Amino acid sequence: MFEWRRRREPSKAMLYLSPLIAIGLTMLTGMLVFGAIGYDGLRAVTAIFVTPLIEPQRWADLGVKAAPLIMIALGLAIGFRANVWNIGAEGQYVMGAIAGTGVALLTHDMTGWWILPAMALAGIAGGAAWAALPALLKVRLQVSEILTSLMLTYVAVQFLYYLVRGPWKDPDGFNFPQTKMFSTSQTLPAVAEGSLVHVGVPLAVVLALVAWFVLSKTVAGYAVRVVGRAPAAARHGGFDANRVTWSVLLAGGGLAGLAGLLEAAGPFGQLTPQFPVGYGFTAIIVAFLGRLSPVGIVFAALVLAVTYVGGEIAQSTVRLPSAATGMFQALLLFFLLATDVLVRWRLAFRARPA
Amino acid sequence: MTAAILVSIFMTLAAAATPILLAALGELVTEKAGVLNLGVEGMMLCGAVAGFAVAYSTGSVALGLIAATLAGVAAAMIFALLTLGLGSNQVATGLALTIFGIGASSLIGAGFVGRTITRLGPLFPADYAAHPWLRLVFGHDAIVYLSLALVLAVSLFLRRTRAGLILRAVGENADSAHAIGYRVLAIRTAATAFGGALAGLGGAYFSLALTPMWADRLTAGRGWIALALVVFAAWKPGRLLIGAYLFGAVATFELQAKAAGWSFIAPEVLAMTPYLATIVVLTMMSLGRRTGGRDAPACLGKPFPAS
Amino acid sequence: MTQPPDQTAPSRLALAHVSKSFPGVKANQDISLSVRPGEIHALLGENGAGKSTLVKIIYGVQRADEGGISFDGRPVEIASPKAARKLGIGMVFQHFSLFDGMTVLENIALGLDETVPAEELKARIRAILDSYSLPLDPDREVHTLSVGERQRIEIVRCLLQKPKLLIMDEPTSVLTPQEVERLFETLRQIAREGCSILYISHKLHEIKALCEAATILRGGKVVATCDPRIETTRRMAELMIGAELKHLQRPSGGGKAGAARLSVDKLDMPGEPPFGTSLKGVSFSAQAGEILGIAGVAGNGQAELLMALSGEHLAGQPDAIRLDGRPIGLANAGARRAAGLACVPEERNGHAAVPEFTLAENVVLTARHRLPLAPSGLIRQGPVEAYAKDVIARFDVRITGPGALAGSLSGGNLQKFIMGREIGQKPDVLVVAQPTWGVDAGAAAAIRQALVDLAAQGSAIVVISQDLDELLELSDRLCVINEGRLSQARPVAGLKLEEIGLMMGGVHGESHVAEPAHV
Repeated sequence: MFEWRRRREPSKAMLYLSPLIAIGLTMLTGMLVFGAIGYDGLRAVTAIFVTPLIEPQRWADLGVKAAPLIMIALGLAIGFRANVWNIGAEGQYVMGAIAGTGVALLTHDMTGWWILPAMALAGIAGGAAWAALPALLKVRLQVSEILTSLMLTYVAVQFLYYLVRGPWKDPDGFNFPQTKMFSTSQTLPAVAEGSLVHVGVPLAVVLALVAWFVLSKTVAGYAVRVVGRAPAAARHGGFDANRVTWSVLLAGGGLAGLAGLLEAAGPFGQLTPQFPVGYGFTAIIVAFLGRLSPVGIVFAALVLAVTYVGGEIAQSTVRLPSAATGMFQALLLFFLLATDVLVRWRLAFRARPA
Repeated sequence: MTAAILVSIFMTLAAAATPILLAALGELVTEKAGVLNLGVEGMMLCGAVAGFAVAYSTGSVALGLIAATLAGVAAAMIFALLTLGLGSNQVATGLALTIFGIGASSLIGAGFVGRTITRLGPLFPADYAAHPWLRLVFGHDAIVYLSLALVLAVSLFLRRTRAGLILRAVGENADSAHAIGYRVLAIRTAATAFGGALAGLGGAYFSLALTPMWADRLTAGRGWIALALVVFAAWKPGRLLIGAYLFGAVATFELQAKAAGWSFIAPEVLAMTPYLATIVVLTMMSLGRRTGGRDAPACLGKPFPAS
Repeated sequence: MTQPPDQTAPSRLALAHVSKSFPGVKANQDISLSVRPGEIHALLGENGAGKSTLVKIIYGVQRADEGGISFDGRPVEIASPKAARKLGIGMVFQHFSLFDGMTVLENIALGLDETVPAEELKARIRAILDSYSLPLDPDREVHTLSVGERQRIEIVRCLLQKPKLLIMDEPTSVLTPQEVERLFETLRQIAREGCSILYISHKLHEIKALCEAATILRGGKVVATCDPRIETTRRMAELMIGAELKHLQRPSGGGKAGAARLSVDKLDMPGEPPFGTSLKGVSFSAQAGEILGIAGVAGNGQAELLMALSGEHLAGQPDAIRLDGRPIGLANAGARRAAGLACVPEERNGHAAVPEFTLAENVVLTARHRLPLAPSGLIRQGPVEAYAKDVIARFDVRITGPGALAGSLSGGNLQKFIMGREIGQKPDVLVVAQPTWGVDAGAAAAIRQALVDLAAQGSAIVVISQDLDELLELSDRLCVINEGRLSQARPVAGLKLEEIGLMMGGVHGESHVAEPAHV
């Protein structure tokens, strides 16, 4: 018989291996499930997980989809590390885009190098402001940030609808609910002439490195980790949990807001009701798959970007419904949480049954 | 305003309150056993889609409700397997369950978008409810009565029965309960399953009674509001009833205002009200609680055995 | 004393060759013992000797790898606590298995295996309370009760089942001397009525006073069986410890009065809701070169006092706490450490150290203020590891290196590391709670020696402990905390145990007089 034995120390190897095991199990399950409901399971899984990686023309798209996931997930991971469960990143992402778009609409007739940075700052401020309310309520009144940040997501999305259908509707837009297209000074430049990859993509990687440095090498990062792991020890060591809560929520909101602005000023080029695509929720999966570590998040974001791009491919080749992507992403998170058990426990052979 | 309109408004209110009352009641029992399952929204969506699919294929709303309940239990068992069986983080797993519910319901429901069914009708024959005031008593569908009966049943179960005492004990101090010899994980699994069943049923109320038509993300965050309601109710079934009907009033206001075509409030702003109201209520609860003791079960969300 | 146990009847409980292993530890090896009906039998041993594991096997919480158990002469399988209770085995745990937010009645009902209507249960409880003259109100919520009252709940819970064997696990560790005497009377009465008692302890004078037989464990094995009424305390201690303990090396001329380094003046602090104890007008001072002991029964404000001194909870006024004369009442934990006041709380995992962090990372937690480990906010890995290695070496922490996780250390090793981390910073004042709680004898001796040495260098040391023996050994002066009030400090030399007992029970008259009636 087999039995679970607790490891004396968490397994380092399993820490890195278990996400890979989870990806493998997700592919296997996906194959079986989609096979069982009448699709070509193998082709579906290949299209979703493999095709985007082996076709170079898809790589730009991977980068563009990974960038917002990286930024949002970094902010979430820092929060999760501190035991602050901001799950309203989608709302902060939308508010960042709205704030940045506000600047864009004000400066629509102007030109200048400063416009994009101003939009970016507004985006950060918008996202941070949207995270400030949960922070205030948590620190002052111990109201769960889980519920408040999520509720505010619904509010943000409705606010977006209101703006694009009302005050911000493009007068020359044939009555479509959308803002004006951003001007050239308001659109993200590409990293190279003719490329789809905008400057937000390398920026996301740089931000991941900064986050890694702060978390692992500074007292501020130490504060985040210790507050999350052992609040009493943090207080004993002279760390202020409330300050950490404020910092991680503002940082998380700011990063999500920046991601929203970059998405608006990049691939979208305007705001429309289709703007919220759920990156804020997918980033939760990215954060966990990346083991809440900034470097891991870069890879995890790529994996999730693969499922987005691959999901589109599978729609056209295997006629898989678009919702299948969400299923795969959720399965991935389930398997990741399940395989986590291998980090702390090991399966051992028991010679003599009890 | 005539009596008929008032009665009609109250009927709408009760209908809006019922699904979150069910989901919140299930979550209350789960949380009383010390388990924080944030996947209510996901379980509701599983129930909603399973209920609709079965009702649509078989033509029986009753079978749909049963299927929804089972789907909710199944979703809850995924959560139980991960958190109770494998010791995963309850918050993260609950989020995963919600993401899963959104994905699964959207996938299964893809073939049903826009299809309609005959909605769940009133329980009693129409002549019982001929008079407008009698409609208040006899005009509801079976689930409304069931939800009210369940509030009473859960309240009695928790306060008066030995099983209820044991369930509370497990949520209060899992280590002590284990030391005395209670099977903490089994009890928590059962409580989680009950939460899933009611969430599934509540979800199906959307697709089988409120809007007898499938649409993506039909529950629109009501599962999260149900979670907030448990906090509002201070883990007491009776207060849950009040909270759910208050929420029903907010939702009914939103509907009535839209129907009345009030132009001075944008429809988007009206659509925000349930979510803003939830934040306001949570805030007021916290302000009120500062003087009193604690309400939440002491072991809520803590893993057992401790890791 | 009591009626002579019936020599012909079969043993109430007999263990034959019981063994139990955990990964890396043989907790019990080949243990055999037998308890006669009506006998009070001591299971004696140090922390870590294997007593708790053995008791858990008897009560069905854990299963033995090998060996057999028989009860009243019949071999039995005890698969669960429920099965144990069915046989007639009751157990009072060291850490009570009670539910704070529930009433006494609900707590007792939870401990029964059958459903009893509330009124009938109340009547049965009253009958037991009367027959043993135990005061307890069935409708009170547990968190409002004293520790002694809580223990009574457990005892009543067991007695309701009319047990044949009652297991008491370290029952006196949280009681005042008066409460201990009362407990013993109850236990003797229970034994007279024919119930056997298995009494787990490491306190020799208690066992001498109460028990008729003793089984002594060391390192998971039975090392001796004796009659404690005949055997000398000294002999039992040697059997239990296995070697003669070194005595503390104290510099001569103890009791020297240096300048006051830490002075606390009328410190008030509300307890944390819902169950915290408020500190009321606490005043004391600790002088250079002295060890001040603070005794008291658990839950009387010790945790609150430590948090108030460490800066984890802030006092209202700056001059309620002074360090070398400077007011620090409003300084936070970091600032107090920088100023020279270090604290070691009772709970090691999660309070004094982060179990998931390495030892090196745990150095950063409290040593970064006084040592240049992270100037300008950047953590310097080199100095951090060097300091961790230094502590590990100097305090003989048995571990692979500074990369080991704190949570993987045994209690004694982690405590040595934590004490070393603080003492290595040469604090001017060190406040430490339960310095040797759950620590093996060797490590405890080392820790006490380190405290004495630190005091000898001119630091002031405050030891908050529930272990009176330890305080009497270590301290120059002693005071007692009771319900958030602190008695005046008295020199340990010449202090009688009865006096301390009265102080612990709250009958310390003088402090009531001394306390001003301010609000």
